[in-house]
Order: sequence, then structure tokens, then C-alpha cells
Amino acid sequence: MKVTLFATCLVDLFQSNVGKATVELLERLGCEIDFPESQICCGQPAYNSGYTKDSKEAMKKMINTFADAEYIVTPSGSCAAMFKEYPALFQGEDEWEKKAVSLANKTYELTQFIVDVLKVTDVGATFKGTATYHTSCHMTRLLKVKEAPGILLSHVKGLEMTPLPDAQNCCGFGGTFSVKMGDISGQMVEEKVCHIQDTGADFLIGGDAGCLMNIGGRIRRKGEPIQVLHIAEVLNSI
Amino acid sequence: MAMKTSSAKFKERVDEGLHNDFMRLAVSSAQERLHGRRLTAVDELGSWEEWRSLGQEIRQHVLANLDFYLHQLAENVSKRGGHVFFAETAEEASGYIKDVIVGKKAKKIVKSKSMVTEEINLNASLEAIGLEVVETDLGEYILQVDDHDPPSHIVAPALHKNKEQIRDVFKEKLAYTQTEKPEELTAHVRGILRKDFLSADVGITGCNFAIAETGSIGLVTNEGNADLVTALPKTQITVMGMERLVPTFDEFEVLVSLLTRSAVGQRLTSYITALTGPRDEGDVDGPEEFHLVIVDNGRSSILGTEFQSVLQCIRCAACINVCPVYRQVGGHSYGSIYPGPIGAVLSPLLGGYDDFKELPYASTLCAACTDACPVKIPLHDLLRKHREVIVEKEKMAPFSEKMAMKAFGLGAASPMLYKFGSKMVPAAMSPFKTGDSISKGPGPLKTWTESREFPAPGKESFRDWFKNREKGGNPS
Repeated sequence: MKVTLFATCLVDLFQSNVGKATVELLERLGCEIDFPESQICCGQPAYNSGYTKDSKEAMKKMINTFADAEYIVTPSGSCAAMFKEYPALFQGEDEWEKKAVSLANKTYELTQFIVDVLKVTDVGATFKGTATYHTSCHMTRLLKVKEAPGILLSHVKGLEMTPLPDAQNCCGFGGTFSVKMGDISGQMVEEKVCHIQDTGADFLIGGDAGCLMNIGGRIRRKGEPIQVLHIAEVLNSI
Repeated sequence: MAMKTSSAKFKERVDEGLHNDFMRLAVSSAQERLHGRRLTAVDELGSWEEWRSLGQEIRQHVLANLDFYLHQLAENVSKRGGHVFFAETAEEASGYIKDVIVGKKAKKIVKSKSMVTEEINLNASLEAIGLEVVETDLGEYILQVDDHDPPSHIVAPALHKNKEQIRDVFKEKLAYTQTEKPEELTAHVRGILRKDFLSADVGITGCNFAIAETGSIGLVTNEGNADLVTALPKTQITVMGMERLVPTFDEFEVLVSLLTRSAVGQRLTSYITALTGPRDEGDVDGPEEFHLVIVDNGRSSILGTEFQSVLQCIRCAACINVCPVYRQVGGHSYGSIYPGPIGAVLSPLLGGYDDFKELPYASTLCAACTDACPVKIPLHDLLRKHREVIVEKEKMAPFSEKMAMKAFGLGAASPMLYKFGSKMVPAAMSPFKTGDSISKGPGPLKTWTESREFPAPGKESFRDWFKNREKGGNPS
């Protein structure tokens, strides 16, 4: 199966290991990976800050970049949800609306793709340790991917999952919110990290690089020994 | 109290909120309690998504036919001997109410809980002409006694106070001598309020939903105070936002079910009352005179805009009870009688961007509010739309942000520029690096790094790795 990878700008610049793990994992599951170089960013930072017009240029670029893809897969629920927003944004702009709908229809978040399209629930991974999982807001609430990460993690050999209290609460990232309202964001992530500490887990796993940068940044600042991993990295451990 | 509750700047209000540990503990424990109860009540009802769709449909239908239903409501209230007044502004509403009260030579007014009377600043205008106004909802009463402390929540106005603080307020203001036990606190207030109910000349209520077909006013309380406010005084004045009505009792039933479950996790509240007009011949109680004041105060200018769905709101506060930002900063930080996600959407629309332009940014757009809303208002998307209006129409965004976003737009639309930028970023950040992270960031990263590390960009971008790999380079 041919998969076109949408790596996301955060992964490209800050978390290349997540991109690598995604490629290797999908290849192991029999996919052939294509990475169009002209991809940049889904436009979400500008769009969510109110710069809709400016962000649409970036979106058009992405629409063209992925026009020929059969399946677009991204290791981010948030960026996948942004792609799914495109049709509403280009509503009434004939040509672009059509292209946006096509883009949205073939976009999948990584775990969603593995479970729903590849129909795989056990990726054959082994990972020793106790972990807790952070449910990203955009993945669960906007993209409505609620089960797939848990299903995949439950089949990882050696991995013991422990539930995170108040898991439904946002970690405080929120893109530009984290710098615009840094003090509120800081308190939110502190509460999240306290809950993670309470679980006694050695690893925090998540599905969105933004949240993980935020939570991981706080864990490091506190000097906690908890290691932060993207779900792609865990599923790619054999 | 008008909509605006504080003259302090947004940042100052938030700082105060973030440093008030008592309040934050009170808020987070209330959130958890209400969250759990709401989930139980929702599960128990079953088919929640269908109920939500029904609620949304009813509200959208009413808004689409608002002129028709308002006319029907007014006709039916008049037919039953009530007086109806349409107030375009807050001043008109307060003015009319004042005239009615002065005309009755009334001295004492008892009120049941009403957000719209807060919005039109009613208490202050009545007190300014020497009238005694008594709030009879326990939460509102506590705030009134505590030197008119503003409400911090639309359902539980005194949510920011714990029982010890309430005990202290009562000791100071009401010669209270007992403990902080809620039962004792409540009994004390009950004793005081009984006398007020019996001696009041006018009763003022809000309105959860008016029923157009019958000209009735629907009120939902747990304390029964609205029933006394409407049963004992000779004159009753009900104040409602112009969108708060339903066609018939069938829709009333659906919305009350959604309201009580979403607000407090109850199947029903202790009292659900529908009142139709003044006392009829043979009735043993009820007012001799009934006035319905229907308040616009900016609502009609929301109709037909991209923000219309906010008028679907049934004031249940479910969005507030799940908001992770509200949880940290509390209601007063919003500086509006309408806090939380609904307040951050509604306040700029009713009160203007000058006073409330920061509120739409006080959200991570996590969409917990949208998910919790029983009438499916897309709250997080309305918050984003506000940002769009602030940036693109009002041109109120700070210059530095505009420049950053322009640069982002250019970079994100041009692979060449992006490539150049992404090579520059690591170099530009390297002076701030300690190991592989940044502890004291420059510019906009400063606030981030006050509480957390920021990762330094990797030596090799993902795209470089992928390219090398394709070329048969050494995959690391």
C-alpha cells in the first residue's frame, strides 16, 4: 500500500525521531512511504490565531502537495484534524473546495490508519515498562480518534499501561496559547505533570508532538525521570 | 452589576486568579464534582447525542423564527392580563422596571437568580434610588452580603468561595455565630430571607425559558426561592433575554432535561415552575400584577451573523465546568459576569471588543466546551472566529504578532523560504541552548521557558534524514 507521509512541521524541525519511527513502522506493516518535499505546515498556528487569510496560502500549498496521494498519514491528530477543516474553509471556492474535500477524505492520523485501514491491532512491538497515555484534545474531540491508540498499545508486549487521572483535561499547549498566555499554560501543564507523576509510570506516551513538547518540557524542568515518547516510537520498538 | 466586573487589566486579573490558591482549589474540586455528576446523569438518560441534536434543533428553530415566537409570547402574556415590555437596551430595561416599582411606591424587592438582571445592572440602578434589593438565591445572597462580590460562575455564582470564607463573611456582616457547616449557614440565611419574602412589595425573577404558546414563564431552581418570589409579593417582574423561549411545553420538557443534567447532574431540579400571568380569580396566591421585560441589549445584532449559534445557549455552564483554563484562573479573571468559554464568546459580542478582546485568546481550543454543550454550540470554533474578527476586521492584533504570522505565512507557503528558515532556526537558537534544550528562551519563547524547557531543534531535520535514506545514505 502506498502511503504519503505528512510529517508535520514540529516533527520535521524538532522531533525527527518521531518521523523516522513512523516511516519504519509503516514500512514494517507493508506500506511504501512517499514524502513529498514541498510539504510544510498545515497552517494551524496562523489559522487558530485568527490569521485565516494568511493561513490559506499555506493550505493551498498543502492541497497541491498531496493532490496525487492515495492515503495521507500523519503522526499527529491535531494536524490531521486541521486537514479535515479545509473543506469548510474553502467552501464556495469551486476548484479549491473540491480539492480540499479530496484531501480531507484521504487523511488519516497514524493509529487511526493502522487500525481502520490496515486493520492491524497488533503491530508486533515489544516495549518493557510502565506507561500512561495522554489523550490529545484535537485527536479525541475534533478528529474523534478515541480508541485506536489504546487498542494498539494494549497489544505491545511487555508494556503495562496505567490510567491517567483527569485525562480529559488539556495539557495547556494550545499552539500559540502556550506563549501568548504562558503563565496560564504553565499552570495547566504543571497540573498535568503532577497527575502523570501520581501514576508512577516510567513513560508518558502521546500522539501529538505539540502536547509532548509541552509536557516533556515541564517534566525536564522539574527534573523528573519520566521519559516522554510518541506512540510511533513505542509501536516501532521490536 | 453590569457585564464588566473589574477595571483591572486582563493580565492583572489572571495573575490574581493564578495566585489565589483557595479559589483554585474550590474551583477545581467543584469542576470535578460537577463533571462526575454530569456524566452519570447523561449516561442514565441514554442516547445523549440524540438528545443534544434535539436540543440544538429546538434552539435553532426558535432563533430562525424568533420574531414569530416573541410575538406569540407577548400576545399570550397580554391575554392573560400581563404587561409586556420590549427593551432594546439595558437602560431601557432598567428604566421600565424602575418606573413600575416607583409607581407601586414599593420599598423592598426580592429577587431570584437572574443573569440578565446582572447584565443590565439592575440592582445598582434600583439601589441608587433608595430601594432595598434582596437576592434570595443562596449563592447570590452570599455575594450580595460580601459587599457585592461579582459572580464567578453563571449557575453557582459563589463557586470561588469555600465554606470557611462564607462563614467569615456571615460573621462579619450577619452577626453569625455558628460553624462553617453548610446546613447551619443555610438555615441562618433562610431565617433572614423568610422575613424578606413576607415583607417584599415586588418580586423580580429571571426566566429559564418562556413558553410562547401559553405565555408562561419557566423557572428552574433547587432552593424554591423563585416560587416564593413569585407567590408572595403583589407585583412580579420577570426579566428575560429575548432568545430564551420555546414554542410549547413539549420543547420546554426537552430543554429542562438537558439543562438540569448538564448544569448540576440532576435528573430534575427540586423545583420546576411554570407561571402564567398574574393571579386569577380563585387563585390562593400569586402576584396581582405581572410584567414581562424582554431584553435585547445587543442580541438582535448577533442574529444572522456567524456568531448566531451562541444564542442557542441555555446557560447551563457545562462548558465552564469542563474548561481547563477556567479551572486555573477562576471566573473573576474573565472580568465579565459571563465567564468561561460561553463568556469568552458572549462578552465581546454583548460588551464589545474594547473591554473583552483578550477573552477569546484565553483558550487552548481544546474543544472540551464544544463537547459538553447540550445544544451543540461550536464554542471553540466561535472563539477562533472572534480571533479572526479581531485580527482581520478590528485590526487589533499586536504588531509583533502580525509580523510573526506574516513570516509564518510566507514560510509555510514557500518551500524555498521554509528550507532557508528551518536551516536558520537552529543557528539562531544555538546561543540559548544548554545541552539539547533551551531554558531561557528569547522573544515569544520567554513565557514558555518560565515554566518549561523548550527543545532545541535537532541537528538533522526529518526531511534531511528521509532524503539521505532515499539516496542510500546511512539511516540513523
